[in-house]
Amino acid sequence: MQRGGGRATRLRPGAGGRRDLHEQTQLGDLMIRSLMRVQLHLAIRVCALFGGLLGALPLVFAFVPQVRDLNVAGLPLPWLLLGVLVYPGLVAGAVLYVRQAERNEHEFEDLVDRS
Amino acid sequence: MSSPYAVVAIAVVTVVTVLIGSRGLRRSRTTSDFYVASRTVSPIWNASAISGEYLSAASFLGVAGLVMAYGADMLWYPVGYTAGYLVLLLLVAAPLRRSGAYTLPDFAEARLGSPVVRRMSSVLVIVVGWLYLVPQLRGASLTLHVITGAPPWLGALIIVVVVVASVSVGGMRSITAVQAFQYCVKITAITIPLLFIGFVWSSRGAPPVTAHDTPEFAEATTVRFDTATRVDVRVPVTVAARGVVDGRRVDAPLPLAAGRHTVADETRLGFPAGSAAPVMAGSAIAGNHAWASPLNGGGGHGHPLYATYSLVIATFLGTMGLPHILVRFYTNPDGRAARRTALAVLALLGGFYLLPTAYGALGRLYAPELLATGDSDAIVLLLPGHLVPGTAGRLLGALVTAGAFAAFLSTSSGLTMSVAGVLAQDMLGGRSGGRMRRFHPFRIGTVVAICVPFAVALSTGGVPIARAVGLPFAVAASSFCPLLLLGIWWRGLTSAGAAAGLVAGGGLATAAVIVSTLAPALDGWPRELLAEPSALTVPIAFLVMFVVSRLTRGRLRPDIASVMVRMHAPESVRPTGPDTGDTPRANRWS
Repeated sequence: MQRGGGRATRLRPGAGGRRDLHEQTQLGDLMIRSLMRVQLHLAIRVCALFGGLLGALPLVFAFVPQVRDLNVAGLPLPWLLLGVLVYPGLVAGAVLYVRQAERNEHEFEDLVDRS
Repeated sequence: MSSPYAVVAIAVVTVVTVLIGSRGLRRSRTTSDFYVASRTVSPIWNASAISGEYLSAASFLGVAGLVMAYGADMLWYPVGYTAGYLVLLLLVAAPLRRSGAYTLPDFAEARLGSPVVRRMSSVLVIVVGWLYLVPQLRGASLTLHVITGAPPWLGALIIVVVVVASVSVGGMRSITAVQAFQYCVKITAITIPLLFIGFVWSSRGAPPVTAHDTPEFAEATTVRFDTATRVDVRVPVTVAARGVVDGRRVDAPLPLAAGRHTVADETRLGFPAGSAAPVMAGSAIAGNHAWASPLNGGGGHGHPLYATYSLVIATFLGTMGLPHILVRFYTNPDGRAARRTALAVLALLGGFYLLPTAYGALGRLYAPELLATGDSDAIVLLLPGHLVPGTAGRLLGALVTAGAFAAFLSTSSGLTMSVAGVLAQDMLGGRSGGRMRRFHPFRIGTVVAICVPFAVALSTGGVPIARAVGLPFAVAASSFCPLLLLGIWWRGLTSAGAAAGLVAGGGLATAAVIVSTLAPALDGWPRELLAEPSALTVPIAFLVMFVVSRLTRGRLRPDIASVMVRMHAPESVRPTGPDTGDTPRANRWS
C-alpha cells in the first residue's frame, strides 16, 4: 500500500486517507467500496421494506377478496391504507434512512481521517 | 358560474409569477447562475420549489378526477408519485448531486464518458419532457374552458406565453422562487376549499359514498353536453330534455330507459333531485360498490392486477428519470443537502396527496353530472361551487382555479427549462461559444420546447390527465431508471451497455406510448401491454444493460474508480485536484 509525502501527512491528519481515496490505492479502493456497500445495503433494505409491504397489497386484494371491502375506522381498508396511512409511513421511512445514511458517512469520514 | 372571480384569480397568479420571475433577471449573471442558481438554494426552499414543480396538473386535477371516475385502483397514482420520491432519495439523490452533473445527459457523459450515450439521453429527456408537457397544457385548456367557457386552446396558449416569457428571461434562480411560491398557492388552494367542503359534508350527516350503489343527483341538476356523448343509464329516469337524444330532437320530458343512449352536442338534460346519474360510456365505473373496491377493472383494464403492478413500477421507478426534478438536485450545495431536500419534498408531497382523494370521493356524491359528461378531471374546480353557496363558493372556486393555474405554470416552466437546456446544449450548439452567446440557443430552445407539445395538445384529446402523465413515467422508468441505478451503483456498466439498454427500454416504452395513443381500439392483452408497458420494458432495459455491459466489459473505462469516489465519497473528504489535503477540516461541520 503506497502512501506518499510523510511530512504533509504528519502535519494534517486525514490527508493520507484522502490521498488514498484520490489516487485509488488499494486502501482507497477498499474504503470507497465498503462505503458503497453499506449505503447500498441500507437503501435496498428500505426499498425492500416498502416494496414488500406495498407490493404485497394488490396480491392480497386479489387473493383475499374479503379485505377489499373490510371497514376500519369508518373507511374501507384499501382507502385507509393507500389514501392515508401510506404517506406518514413513507416519510417515517425516509427520516430513518437519512439519519442512518448520514451516520454511515460520518463513520466513513472518521475512517478516512484515521488512515 | 364563478367566472369573474376565477379570471381575476388566474390573472393574479400569472402576474405574480411573471413578477417574481423577472426579479431573477438582474441576478442571473453567469451561465452557471442561469442554469442552476449557483447551487446556493437551501434545502427547504429547494424542497418547496421541487414540490411546486412536481405537483402538476395531474396531481392537482387529474388524481381527483381519476379517483372519482375509477375509484380505489387510482389511489396508486398518488402513492406512486410519492413513493417514487422515496426511491429517488434512497438510491439517487446524494450520488447524483456529487457526480457534479447539471442534467441527465451530463450525468450520462460524466459516468460513461460517451458522447453517444449523452446524445441518446438528450433525445429521451426531450421525449419525456414533451410527453409530460402535453397533459399540463391540456389541463390548462380544460380549466379555462370549464370555468369561463373560453375556447379550448386559450388556456394552453396563456401557459405557453407566460412560460416562454419567464423562463427565457429569468433562468433557474427566478424559477426557484416562482416554484416555491406556487407550492404555497397550490397547498392553500386545495386545503381551504376542502375544509369548507368537509364542513358541509359533515353537516349533511357525512353520508358514505356507497350509501347508494348508483351515483345520485343530490339536487335537481341540468346537465349540458358540450360534445356528442354516449351515456349508460342504469336506473330508468325521466329527464327534461332540450336537444337531440338518440337521434331525435326533443324539447319535453323524456323517459330514458336503462341502457345506452346517444346525446348530441349542445343538448341539455334536466335531472330531478334524487335521480340516478347516467355515466358516459367507458369513462367511469357506474356502481359505487365496485368503485370503492380495488382491482375493479376500471378504465377498461381486463387485467387489473397486471395494470396495477405496471403502474406501481412506472411511478416508483419513473420519478427519478423526470428531467425537471433531477435538475433541481444540482442546486443543492452538497450531497447531504440533496438528501435532506428529497426528504423534505417527500413530506410536502405526502401532505398534499392526502387531499385530492377526498375531492374525488366527495365528487362522486355531489357532482355526478361530471360522470355523465366525462369531465371528472374538473371535479376539484367545480366541487367548491357545488357545495358552498353564494359568494363564498365562488371565491373558493376562484381559489382552486388559481391553484390549478399555479400547477400548470410551475410544472410547465420546469419542464420547458429542462427540455430547452438540453436542446440548447446538445442540439443547437450551445456548448461551443462564449457565455453570452450561450443564452441565445437557450431562448430558441425554450420556444421549441413548449411549442411542440402545444401543437400536440391541440391535436389530441380524450386520455384523462393523470393517465396521460403515466406515459412519461413509463418511458422514464424504462430508460433513465436503469441508467441511473446501474450507473451509480455498478462499476461494470459500460457505454455500450447503457446505449443498448436505453434503446431497448426507452424505445419499446416510447413505441408502446405511440401505438396505444394512435390505436386506442385494441383489446385484451395487447391493449394492456401497450397502455401499461412498464412491467415488461423496465426489466428488459435492466437486463439488456447488464448483459451488453458484461459482453463489452473489456471496454470499461479505466478511471471508473475515481468516478465512483466522486459520486459516493462525502464532499468533506473529497480530494480536489493536486492540493488534495487542503480542504479545511472545519468544513465538514459547517
